[in-house]
Amino acid sequence: MRKQTMFSTRLVVAAVRDSFIKLHPRTQLANPVIFVTLVGAFITTVVIIANAPEGVSAFEAQIAFWLWLTVLFANFSEALAEGRGKAQADALRKMKTAVRARLLDGEKETVVNAGDLKTGDSVVCETGDFIPGDGEVTEGIATVDESAITGESAPVVRESGGDRSAVTGGTRVISDRIVVRITAEPGRSFLDRMIGLVEGARRRKTPNEVALTILLAAMTALFLLVVVALKPYADYSAGAAKADLSKVITIPVLTALLVCLIPTTIGGLLSAIGISGMDRLIRKNVIAKSGRAVEAAGDVDVLLLDKTGTITLGSRMAREFIPASGHSEKLLAELAQLASLSDETPEGRSIVVLAKERFNLRAEVGTLAEASFIAFSAHTRMSGVDIRGAAGARSIRKGAFDAIKRHVESAGGTMPANILTVVETIAKSGGTPLVVSENADVIGVVHLKDVVKGGIRERFAQMRRMGIKTVMITGDNPLTAAAIAAESGVDDFLAEATPETKLRRIREEQEKGYMVAMAGDGTNDAPALAQADVGVAMNAGTQAAREAGNMVDLDSNPTKLIEIVVTGKQLLMTRGALTTFSVANDVAKYFAIIPAMFAGLYAAPGGVGPLAGLNVMALHSPQSAILSAVIFNAFIIIALVPLALKGVKYRPVGAMTVLRNNLLVYGLGGLVAPFLGIKLIDVLIVGVGLV
Amino acid sequence: MNEHDVLQILIPLGLLVVLTPLLGGYMAKALQGKNHLLSKPLRPLEALAYRLCLVDEKEEMTWKKYASSLLLFNLFGFLALFALQTLQARLPLNPQGLANISWDSAFNTAVSFVTNTDWQGYAGETAMSYLTQMLGLCVQNFLSAATGMAVFLALTRGFVSRGSATVGNFWVDLTRSTIYVLLPLSFVLALVLVWQGSVQNVAPYVSSTGVEGGAQSIPMGPAASQIAIKQLGTNGGGFFNANGAHPFENPTPLANLLELVAILLVPSALTWTYGVMLERRRQGLVVFAAMFTLLSAGLAASLWAQYGPNRSLGEPAVIEGIDTRIGTANCVAWSVFTTAASNGSVNCAHESLSPLSGGVALVNIMVGEVVFGGVGVGMAGMLVFILITVFLSGLMVGRTPEYLGKKIEAREVRMSMVTILAPSAVILIGSAAALMTPAGLAGISAKGPHGFTEVVYAFTSAAQNNGSAFEGLNANSPFYNVALGLVMLVGRFLTIIPILAVAGSLAGKKSVAARETGFRTDTFLFFALLIATILVVGVLTHFPSLALGPIVEHLLVGLGRTF
Amino acid sequence: MRTAATAFAALLFFTLLTGVLYAGAVAGIARFAFPKQANGSLVVRGGRVVGSELIAQNFKDPKHFWPRPSAAGFNPLPSGGSNYAPSSAALLGKINERKKLGMTREMLFASGSGLDPHISPRAAHDQVERIAAARGLNEMEKNAVRVLIAVRTEGRQYGLLGEERVNVLLLNLALDEELRRE
Repeated sequence: MRKQTMFSTRLVVAAVRDSFIKLHPRTQLANPVIFVTLVGAFITTVVIIANAPEGVSAFEAQIAFWLWLTVLFANFSEALAEGRGKAQADALRKMKTAVRARLLDGEKETVVNAGDLKTGDSVVCETGDFIPGDGEVTEGIATVDESAITGESAPVVRESGGDRSAVTGGTRVISDRIVVRITAEPGRSFLDRMIGLVEGARRRKTPNEVALTILLAAMTALFLLVVVALKPYADYSAGAAKADLSKVITIPVLTALLVCLIPTTIGGLLSAIGISGMDRLIRKNVIAKSGRAVEAAGDVDVLLLDKTGTITLGSRMAREFIPASGHSEKLLAELAQLASLSDETPEGRSIVVLAKERFNLRAEVGTLAEASFIAFSAHTRMSGVDIRGAAGARSIRKGAFDAIKRHVESAGGTMPANILTVVETIAKSGGTPLVVSENADVIGVVHLKDVVKGGIRERFAQMRRMGIKTVMITGDNPLTAAAIAAESGVDDFLAEATPETKLRRIREEQEKGYMVAMAGDGTNDAPALAQADVGVAMNAGTQAAREAGNMVDLDSNPTKLIEIVVTGKQLLMTRGALTTFSVANDVAKYFAIIPAMFAGLYAAPGGVGPLAGLNVMALHSPQSAILSAVIFNAFIIIALVPLALKGVKYRPVGAMTVLRNNLLVYGLGGLVAPFLGIKLIDVLIVGVGLV
Repeated sequence: MNEHDVLQILIPLGLLVVLTPLLGGYMAKALQGKNHLLSKPLRPLEALAYRLCLVDEKEEMTWKKYASSLLLFNLFGFLALFALQTLQARLPLNPQGLANISWDSAFNTAVSFVTNTDWQGYAGETAMSYLTQMLGLCVQNFLSAATGMAVFLALTRGFVSRGSATVGNFWVDLTRSTIYVLLPLSFVLALVLVWQGSVQNVAPYVSSTGVEGGAQSIPMGPAASQIAIKQLGTNGGGFFNANGAHPFENPTPLANLLELVAILLVPSALTWTYGVMLERRRQGLVVFAAMFTLLSAGLAASLWAQYGPNRSLGEPAVIEGIDTRIGTANCVAWSVFTTAASNGSVNCAHESLSPLSGGVALVNIMVGEVVFGGVGVGMAGMLVFILITVFLSGLMVGRTPEYLGKKIEAREVRMSMVTILAPSAVILIGSAAALMTPAGLAGISAKGPHGFTEVVYAFTSAAQNNGSAFEGLNANSPFYNVALGLVMLVGRFLTIIPILAVAGSLAGKKSVAARETGFRTDTFLFFALLIATILVVGVLTHFPSLALGPIVEHLLVGLGRTF
Repeated sequence: MRTAATAFAALLFFTLLTGVLYAGAVAGIARFAFPKQANGSLVVRGGRVVGSELIAQNFKDPKHFWPRPSAAGFNPLPSGGSNYAPSSAALLGKINERKKLGMTREMLFASGSGLDPHISPRAAHDQVERIAAARGLNEMEKNAVRVLIAVRTEGRQYGLLGEERVNVLLLNLALDEELRRE
């Protein structure tokens, strides 16, 4: 997917335009905090206009101006977040344009519009064709270019049956021919949903967002009452002090106080945070089907990870040659290499490579005359080579212990005693022993083992610090699984896993109240993916899997789960941090506005009253103080847009450490920053002569 | 302040710390129906109560059933008390022949005692017959406190329960709280008070002719028994008008000390009970630590202010409204204790306290009566603040916030915010209404900023069910009786009902086993955060009131101004 | 309906328990254990109730010790303080009036109950000169009065609690007796 800078000119211009469109009250009602600000700006404006015949106060006009700007800034942040999503959606939408489909009806083929396809239709796609809709390959095999949605330029293979049968509408067949059964209604395809999601068109508030909105609405209601009550409070106090506050305690000033107190910062940025959370996932090539899923990702307690491909490299590798007594390691290496020359599996290649590394042996297929290679067969469960040379016929075999034993014994040899021990030790450690023999002689054992991915141990330690338990899923026996688990540092494992045991494990964890995430690709993973709180389906997987999960990883990289969790956490953290910041800001605003409003109370003639002492920032005048607070309040929204879009930085440390750090930055920072900011603005606007 | 004054502060604080685990541990057993010290003598009484009242002890109630039982019981209590007052002239045990109470005052008082506020618009010795005091006021002293404990128990069960739909049995909680906790404690305290000089009889007032010939009518009555529960049940409604300042209510320093400790005893011990019920002592300790710290901070500030000079009066120390045997240290300690807890009894005149000492009392009430607070409801209110704190800070660690393994979601946040919003809203609306209407303004006696504080204090005290007052406000008028009565109802039941709803909602949730690396609520960081949240919510709401009342008055007194 | 019945029955039950039995039990025990205190710590002289130890009465004769000013006018029905604000001009006026009458210390301030039966020993000593002048006492008699104050001073309870104080009624009764004897 095309990467964009955060503020490209085009995006900003569009966002500015949308900020005004969003002023519509119906749009604003969804956000109580900003709605109150809008109403405040409106009332202030009306009051100024109504009083216009007696002259417009420049001070009040400026308040009104900044109140409107506060609303616009909030709108802008949302529009910008949406705009970034839209830009991506537009890119996706291009893929949909004017695709024709070759509809199969029995043997007959008709060309129809992709949009007219219904679920269950079968279409033919050949080299160069765009696949007209989401579906499942029912016939054939083809290479498909999915770069349009994954950004990955290497084509992928899609074939009928198995776990690589799902195709996505809008991708292109590069070679061969496949028949695809359409599984999505027009307009409901994967691509359509992606477009819808990134546009935020059908974005619904997530549970935490709902809870937070309630909190913010309650605070807004509270401050509304505080400010409304302040008018009679002030009137009574003015009477008691025999002071005239009617010039100071005006509707614009009270509105200014209200807007400064209600949590406009978080209120203005809340939806931008949500939108950008999904956006960040998309940038990582993960499509979340709902915002809820992203949020749930932050809550994950247990991560189920497939061993193969996630924890270990895809296949086993030769690690060691263990010769039988009486034979040298070099001989064993040489024979093992010979036996593996024609073996193109990763295991076979790894034996050749290991022999090369250890003893610099460089046998090659072409260099052996008179050699006939014996391929692996399920019947013999061995592979090898027969060489006829000067020294007579050499029959070299490698294979499972039982197979070689049978082979050697039928040739009149015996299995040396120490080989059995070696084989058992290897099996116990989670490895695979391959026994090598020449004619009736057992030469030794090759130790094949799973290779744990580099850095995975640290990754798991990180997860542990984050409070997440990792569980390895493997088809291996418990012994092997335990060995790999120990080596990789995973917290727990599920051995001899079947779709049923996976599902059961997920349910068990959920019973304990844990949130479970897993990644999967096969059709048999579908129930587990659906059961998991966060189910990440691999895009290369089957359609069933993609339907069952609530996220799809376009890169089909199961390790991505970890990044998904981090993104979910960032989303919640950003909300919490900005709420704390917003509330902490109020203290300074009180210290700016209350003394400004009540400095005249109980004042000696010509002097200031005792409450002027609360003007700890030494702001220039009551008017400059109020205006500075309002301006700060508006600008802080814009200043925090990048943070809202990027998210608070997450470091994988313990929860309490994260809390302490965020409190220092956003709590304490939120307390201190406005004191500095308001003072600075006060100096500026006085210098410029605005008040 | 000399070392002796310091001692007056440290002794009750020390007693509180010592008694909290003792009583807390006992209550955990007694309130959960386990065997305890008084099982033997009192269990038959408990069983009798269930038999007579048709209560199935084993029944478990949903939060709605629990709430409706509580409301109905309180409604009956209100009606009974209202009837007793308005009919007392025709009822027995009225040797002074006191008249019926007017409807508005009776409404106010009935609400006041049922809601555990015990705001008093009347003067006990000249208004209430012995029968009204005993059968009406004293009974509600017990029952409103027991109601509060029931709320606490229901909420705690919400945290403890693992996915059940019930929060306990209201009648059982009510009965056990009364019979095992409030009644025995009151009985002992009442006897000590009589020993120290409190009256306890139903005799007519005694006429006396003084040494210089002046005639006096010396009031009598069943005072000691009522004073004991008014202190222990965070009620605070005095038998006499001067409340704890009256020599018959608070005759000696020992009586003063015991009554002082009694104010905070049960709310404080409940923090321990909480920890025991959760089987996580540290959780209870964190709550206690937060409460104790806020209490101590208030004490320090108030002492500093009261012991300071008063430039307006030109006196090094003002002791207006403080009886000699009580003294400044005990007056300040009581004023802080009684407002920290929602007790509201006074042993000196709050109106005459220095501006900031009065301000500390006001702030204590404003922060929501959670610094120990009312019996049961204070603890419940504190737990609501914990939920809010957990919600805000929980988000900051990047998870859906959890407390004790239960997720804090929209429903909990909504209900929690109602409990915080409702009292604050009626404080603001009520004060504003009083300051705008002639009827409201008519009650104000002090001039200058102090008059403003009188009004705000009254509505704050009523909304948070404290009951103490700046007594200069003449609040026994139809306007104040009705307005404050309504405010008390909102402050009580619009907090209790949402709290029970939270209890029900939490009870139905699965509880996650504690995570070692997760967000912890039993740490110093959380303790600090909790205090910050309480102060920020309270202060942000009420900063304008404080600025226009105590703060500006303090500054003006510093300038030597009088009004 | 059943809930209503239970609520009604429970109210009756607890009214009986906490409204009648509890107060009655306390009163019953008090009557035997602390009969004097339970009935108002009355002070009887010559078969006549002259007041209560715990209720201040109005001494305004300069020959007697005066109690703290009473906002209730020493009328116990009802009790109460002045409820003056700390910034009250009226309170300032009262204080200045009292100063003119030679009052000192806490005597400048009305008590909280209006019935404060005590004054501090110092405030008592401050009044000795006035009493001596009114009664025409010599130095030795004045000293006797001072000794009387000291004898009548109640220390802090258990040496720890509360404030030192003198009961004005008891002090005046003792004073009258002492001086009559001489």
